[in-house]
Amino acid sequence: MANTAVARTGTLNTLLMHGALILYTMIALFPVFVIVINSFKKRKSIFREPLALPDADSFSLIGYQTVMKQGDFFLYFQNSMIVTVASLFFILLFGAMAAYALSEYRFTGNKWLGLYMALGIMIPIRIGTVAILDLMVSTGLVNTLTALILVYIAQGLPLAVFILSEFMHQVSDDLKNAARIDGLSEYRIFYSIVLPLVRPAMATVAVFNMIPIWNDLWFPLILAPAEETKTLTLGSQVFIGQFVTNWNAVLSALSLAILPVLILYMIFSRQLIRGLTSGAVK
Amino acid sequence: MAPGLLKIYMRSNIRWHIPIFLAPAVIVYTVVMIFPLFNTLRLALYSRIDQERVYVGLQNFQTLFGEGVWSEQFWNALANNLWFFIIHMLVQNPIGIALAAILSHPRLRFAAFYRSAIFIPTILSFVIVGFAWKLILSPIWGVAPSILDAVGLKSWFAPWLGKESYALTTLALISVWQFVGIPMMLIYAALLSIPEEVLEAAEIDGITGFSSFWRIKLPLILPSIGIISILTFVGNFNAFDLIYAAQGALAGPNYSTDILGTYLYRTFFGFQLQLGDPHMGAAIASAMFAIILIGVCIYLFGIQTRLRRYQY
Repeated sequence: MANTAVARTGTLNTLLMHGALILYTMIALFPVFVIVINSFKKRKSIFREPLALPDADSFSLIGYQTVMKQGDFFLYFQNSMIVTVASLFFILLFGAMAAYALSEYRFTGNKWLGLYMALGIMIPIRIGTVAILDLMVSTGLVNTLTALILVYIAQGLPLAVFILSEFMHQVSDDLKNAARIDGLSEYRIFYSIVLPLVRPAMATVAVFNMIPIWNDLWFPLILAPAEETKTLTLGSQVFIGQFVTNWNAVLSALSLAILPVLILYMIFSRQLIRGLTSGAVK
Repeated sequence: MAPGLLKIYMRSNIRWHIPIFLAPAVIVYTVVMIFPLFNTLRLALYSRIDQERVYVGLQNFQTLFGEGVWSEQFWNALANNLWFFIIHMLVQNPIGIALAAILSHPRLRFAAFYRSAIFIPTILSFVIVGFAWKLILSPIWGVAPSILDAVGLKSWFAPWLGKESYALTTLALISVWQFVGIPMMLIYAALLSIPEEVLEAAEIDGITGFSSFWRIKLPLILPSIGIISILTFVGNFNAFDLIYAAQGALAGPNYSTDILGTYLYRTFFGFQLQLGDPHMGAAIASAMFAIILIGVCIYLFGIQTRLRRYQY
């Protein structure tokens, strides 16, 4: 008797839990779903039956054609790719080098330098925008992708150094000392022994930085708003602003902007979730 | 020791690899982040009078806090920003904790699927999120009214983003929708790290289910709740993108959705007929810096030190 009662409340609980999760999953995915299905429909059907899936009658690619004709989305995509990949590369390289120096060697000011680098974890770089624009103007970097890359490297470094030095502390000293006895230089030890061992932490840092860089609107808007340097995020913002009344084009542009992030997420979601849940940010 | 020998000894003792390892990160970080940060604070003390940069002391701040339209807009943006933050604390974090609590249930199936799906809005850009919700809530399209109709609440519908009294709360809820994944993940991680023995010991004492959550797990994850609170605070007080994407730089209707980020942008770059003013912009940025610094200090010295961390 008692056992069946327990079992019954157990199943009831499970049902309630799944109910709540399914409800919230629907809330989370519904807007994306509505945008994507309507991007494949004729204008009339978008308004008549916004929640219906496109069928033979209502299917249309007119929105995508407009987007392809009007906007330079391939260029925007390429710019976003260059900025994101280059920033990540340098965040990881410079971050790992600094983290290694801070975690491996004792020298005067080590602790202070660590604190100095950590300042940037809590203080957003946007606060310095006025002077950053000044700096970019005086160095002639306005409207170049280099300006964006530099800003994103500076933005990403503090957390990268913090996370990577936590992990580098765990690399065994015996291993490094054995290499020293074998006559390997400090650079070789860093490159061939330490870097491969902290690869999982580097992946976490990369994934943490990737999404905010790809999605940023503030710095592209301020530092590189020229047509040739627009990122995908800024490009779609401007495009949608111009085409507000062309619903087909707006919905298609939104779907096209969702696609790359979604693909990146599918590739890296395991890494991202592992990073978030491994306590790397605690 | 001969002086020459001493020199050689000293030279071989400088470990050049340390500065070489440190230099790139320290230089980029200092030049692009720290230096502009302090330079912005400095620029706030100047003003442009007749094409010349003139030192004016704290005058920009006097204008910002107490003069006419400037201060009116500043306090409006600050109050809106505070409300934006309160909504996040009251809605985003409790929902995130509740979802994490359900997801961390040991025998739950499909947990990985739910987790990944609920996190999807977080990876989308503000531009996508802003426009998508603008379309969905638009009275022209009618997605929102027809959904409300389906659950019998059609009379509730209003063009929320267009009404002064609702627009800010609506945008805050959209932002909550987008970012609920972050507290969910961090709390989920904290819940998983509670050792089985603790929960089993409680179970033997008859504490299970809901009371186990309230009396055992919640006190143990308080430090993580502190972290998500400060992350929310910093994120909210330098937010900009969502409001800009959905309502434009004027943060309409009638500045009802203006927050510090949009106010900074408008002041710095100008809009319509008003010219941009980098020095007033720097003053607003300095005020934001002070607010974030106060928040972080309250957290570091007031909250974090009082929360007991348990070592398992």
